Amino acid sequence: MRVIGRFSRRDRGPGLATAPFAIFPVALTVVIFLALLMKAWPLLSLKALPSLLFSSTWLPSRGHFGLWPFILGTLWVTMTAILLAVPVSILTSLYLSEYAPVRLKRIFQPVLDLLAGLPSVIYGMWGVLLVVPAVSKFLAPAFGRQSSGYSILSAALVLALMILPTIISVSVEVLNSVPLALKEAALSLGATRLEVIRYVVMKKSFPGILAACVLGLSRAFGETIAVLMVVGNVPVIPRSLFSPAYPLPALLANNYGEMMSVPGYESALNLAALLLLAIVVGFSLLARWYLVRISRRSA
Amino acid sequence: MTRKHYGGRDFGTQRRLRKESFFKFLMAASASLVLLSLVLILVIILWKSLPALKPSMIIRNPGSGYYLGREGGILNAILGSLQVVFGATLLALAIALPAVIFLNNYLRRKSWLAETIRFSLDVLWGIPSIVYGAFGFLIMITFHLRASLLAGLITVAMVELPILSRALDETIKLVPSELKEATFSLGASRWQTATRVVLRQTFPGLVTAVLMAMGRGLGDAAAVLFTAGYTDKITTSLLQPVATLPLAIFFQLNSPYPEVQQRAYASAAILTLLILLVSLASRRLSHRLSRHKIR
Repeated sequence: MRVIGRFSRRDRGPGLATAPFAIFPVALTVVIFLALLMKAWPLLSLKALPSLLFSSTWLPSRGHFGLWPFILGTLWVTMTAILLAVPVSILTSLYLSEYAPVRLKRIFQPVLDLLAGLPSVIYGMWGVLLVVPAVSKFLAPAFGRQSSGYSILSAALVLALMILPTIISVSVEVLNSVPLALKEAALSLGATRLEVIRYVVMKKSFPGILAACVLGLSRAFGETIAVLMVVGNVPVIPRSLFSPAYPLPALLANNYGEMMSVPGYESALNLAALLLLAIVVGFSLLARWYLVRISRRSA
Repeated sequence: MTRKHYGGRDFGTQRRLRKESFFKFLMAASASLVLLSLVLILVIILWKSLPALKPSMIIRNPGSGYYLGREGGILNAILGSLQVVFGATLLALAIALPAVIFLNNYLRRKSWLAETIRFSLDVLWGIPSIVYGAFGFLIMITFHLRASLLAGLITVAMVELPILSRALDETIKLVPSELKEATFSLGASRWQTATRVVLRQTFPGLVTAVLMAMGRGLGDAAAVLFTAGYTDKITTSLLQPVATLPLAIFFQLNSPYPEVQQRAYASAAILTLLILLVSLASRRLSHRLSRHKIR
């Protein structure tokens, strides 16, 4: 199969000059992977991968590098954030695209744009100021628990708010692209607007909304600073939403760069980074596979 | 209430309408919840920052004893952030632009190479910036660099590269093929078509993409955490460490002194303002520049 399209001789120079830049992203991905793997290798050659991933003892000074508490911490925080954010953002984007008056949309859009671009350290600060005290004083007692407030729930609330603007603006765009004729056809058959939403709009825009949620998911799972500021950073297996946790990115942020003295520590942290990378690759492969399937079905 | 019957059959209209108004209420409620909490973030930051928001914050470096609550400002971090972001964006653009031109003008759309490049951009886009920070640190060790402006801007450039490339790729895809075919028919080469027609046509999109990437770079703390270092002076060389705003906020917030914490809020307000300016500029510019587009 021809990879490069036909072009004339005078195009050869610019083509050859720009090709390396296009290869660069591929090379960078491979190099990052190899560099992290190389740095993680000393530990991987000593212990089997499953014993590192699924062991829950994290005692670097004694040579125990179990990543399980951190993996669980990442999963808990990300999943709770997604569970909180997705229903609210789908309802909101449906309201914005189907019901809201134009004036309200005009207020919403710039606010969403600004907040989607707001740095994570600001969300983290907001979390420390408002969410952490709210969780420790109101939410935890309401469920009969004691909590310092630095917990999975706080991190998930901050994260949920952080990814809301992204999910909503993408979903609204997807919902607005549903052809009006389809909706009108359903209305003319006597459907209420809710039924139009349920049987026409949602059906038509499901892949797009799923993509929006995956976008939010990938942003949530790699988020470092905002989570680090409110999650408590205690390397234990989380027991409930009100207990602290220690996600992988926070582990890296707190310890990377000052890990030279303890043997194996450096390798363990690079393994954690490698793990994050592997999850991203997994996500991307899954998304690609799904997209291919969707486009085949519609073709 | 009387039920409506259509040809003797009941469609449950009342029940359906009740259901509709219930869900409509739910949607409106969640929309107001979202708007309220988002506005709350802005309000709280501004309100908290007011006591410390003085002109000296933006025109002075941290003086001696600044971190104990004495006089000074965060000029070092504001300038440092701008240095890092401008450097990083230039570097990322220098790679992304030729890459996207090659991708869209020389490769067949569905070829395995084009698919591989796009897939790797997807992967790079998803990599958390803390991993870039770690990788940047590994580069630093390999080349015996210290935490410096150079290392910081290289790392931020890696964060920005996939954002920039993907946004450019999307805008270039939208250029109608008739336009390209028209230029080809006049005997233009691919390079001429790419640089004089396609790029000019996508210039507003390019500006938006660049500003979006700048906004991301400006706020990214995780990428500069191990690579840029921190300094109380203004950085004048690529090999000196550099202060950045997100880290300034982060460090000041962890201080036990309330005065210093208040300055963290003020720094956050300044960063928010910078981000707001970038996003306003992007709206304005893309609007103004699209006058020159062929429609």
